[in-house]
Amino acid sequence: MDVATIMSLPEAVAELVHDGDAVALEGFTHLIPFAAGHEIIRQERRDLTLVRMTPDLVYDQMIGAGCAAKLVFSWGGNPGVGSLHRMRDALANGWPRPLEIEEHSHAGMANRYVAGASGLPFAVLRGYLGTDLPLHTSTVATVTCPFTGEELAAVAALNPDVTIVHAQRADRAGNVQLWGITGVQKEAVLAAKRSLVTVEEIVDELEPTPGAIVLPAWVIDAVAVAPRGAAPSYAQGYYDRDNAAYRAWDAISRDRDRFTAWLEELKGRAS
Amino acid sequence: MTVAAARTLRDGQVCFVGIGLPSRAANLARRLHAPELVLIYESGTIGSRPEELPLSIGDGILAESARTVVSVPEIFNYWLQPGRIDVGFLSGAQLDRFGNINTTVIGEYDEPTVRLPGAGGAPEIAAHCREVVIVMRHARRAFVEGVDFVTTMGHGSGPGDRCALGLRGAGPTTVITDLGLLEPDPETAELVLTAVHEGVTVEQVRAETGWELVIADDLAVTAPPSEEELSTLRSMRTVGENGP
Repeated sequence: MDVATIMSLPEAVAELVHDGDAVALEGFTHLIPFAAGHEIIRQERRDLTLVRMTPDLVYDQMIGAGCAAKLVFSWGGNPGVGSLHRMRDALANGWPRPLEIEEHSHAGMANRYVAGASGLPFAVLRGYLGTDLPLHTSTVATVTCPFTGEELAAVAALNPDVTIVHAQRADRAGNVQLWGITGVQKEAVLAAKRSLVTVEEIVDELEPTPGAIVLPAWVIDAVAVAPRGAAPSYAQGYYDRDNAAYRAWDAISRDRDRFTAWLEELKGRAS
Repeated sequence: MTVAAARTLRDGQVCFVGIGLPSRAANLARRLHAPELVLIYESGTIGSRPEELPLSIGDGILAESARTVVSVPEIFNYWLQPGRIDVGFLSGAQLDRFGNINTTVIGEYDEPTVRLPGAGGAPEIAAHCREVVIVMRHARRAFVEGVDFVTTMGHGSGPGDRCALGLRGAGPTTVITDLGLLEPDPETAELVLTAVHEGVTVEQVRAETGWELVIADDLAVTAPPSEEELSTLRSMRTVGENGP
């Protein structure tokens, strides 16, 4: 039985995230692994396929930093604020490098992770009917139900090379506990070939918490402590979402020079 | 517009809420005439009763105030897909005469003039909810003859299209704008102007609509917002925001 190794975030990223990997950083508004994304930027990973249902600021930053060759997603925006300007600049002008995209609906992406976690090649759903999405996305098809003859949507499984999520806490053995909005993190971790979980803190004992899920140490490769590692998103029970930072990103990301200055500052800061 | 949108929701309904205008309107309805309105957000929160408005669909206040929180695969597969939800409450960047919504690109897909956020939960919300209510600002560039990309299907290219594809929900039943209300004609499925807000003329609405807009014979004027509606709307704050 392999168990999670507790290591520093720079060590974990160096060991688990390689150039050219398909990398999923998940967290649906809550528990977005910003610290890990920033460490990937610092270590200058390149040619990544970035997978995420809702690429928000963290992927805008990674795209602007030149980490990504491709983006697989279902909703790319700054929630409640506006567009992702680095993502737009990459798509429209190839800056700092061209970006390929593969887009789905949320239901489709969620089911792709479910198929990946379940060891299946695809998932079935009622979806994509009447939309133009399948015309541009090769990972959506239709299947006929063998029992009823009904036509349904099929989506290809997602099995990222590495999934990174952030959680509230882990114990010393590397068992991880997270609660609140848990999004698609369990599926994304179980679908991945390798996984890294950053946590707010390591505790002696994981006390049961209402609605919490536990990812056992033996399905995780590495655990790294990253206090405030989800900021400016939030960690329920630890700190709130910094909505002002989300609003401020709009102006920073609109302008290449302001973004570049932000990036240099980030790289100068150790994680 | 927010008040008119809130009025379309009835007490006790189960509503799948998109962020922005729909969330503001649904939370207004819950504070006014629909205290038992069940709000579901795609982040997995069921029965959220936020004191303040969320900025995103996954703010902590939605989880803390929810009856229960489920995973994202579960919210789509168990709760939305089987048709348990009464109303899907959506917005969009472009809308056509059959209520099809575009939130993907303006222009060509491969070389868009504007890249928009994309689909999110909308295609399946519109497919599976019993009905869809759309709230959008009325402008000629948004209310177009044909959308550049069908992100979310409304009534397709006319009557019978939803049925032919096996979509079980009724599709868009009301579009609320800052100028008035549009509803699909039962025969043609085309959106028809059925009401204007007080002080708005039909010419104004026509000028902001990119297709030859049909006006209902019995065009109504919506009741102006009441004192209570206005004061409640003004008292609602977004999380992390100071002042009105």
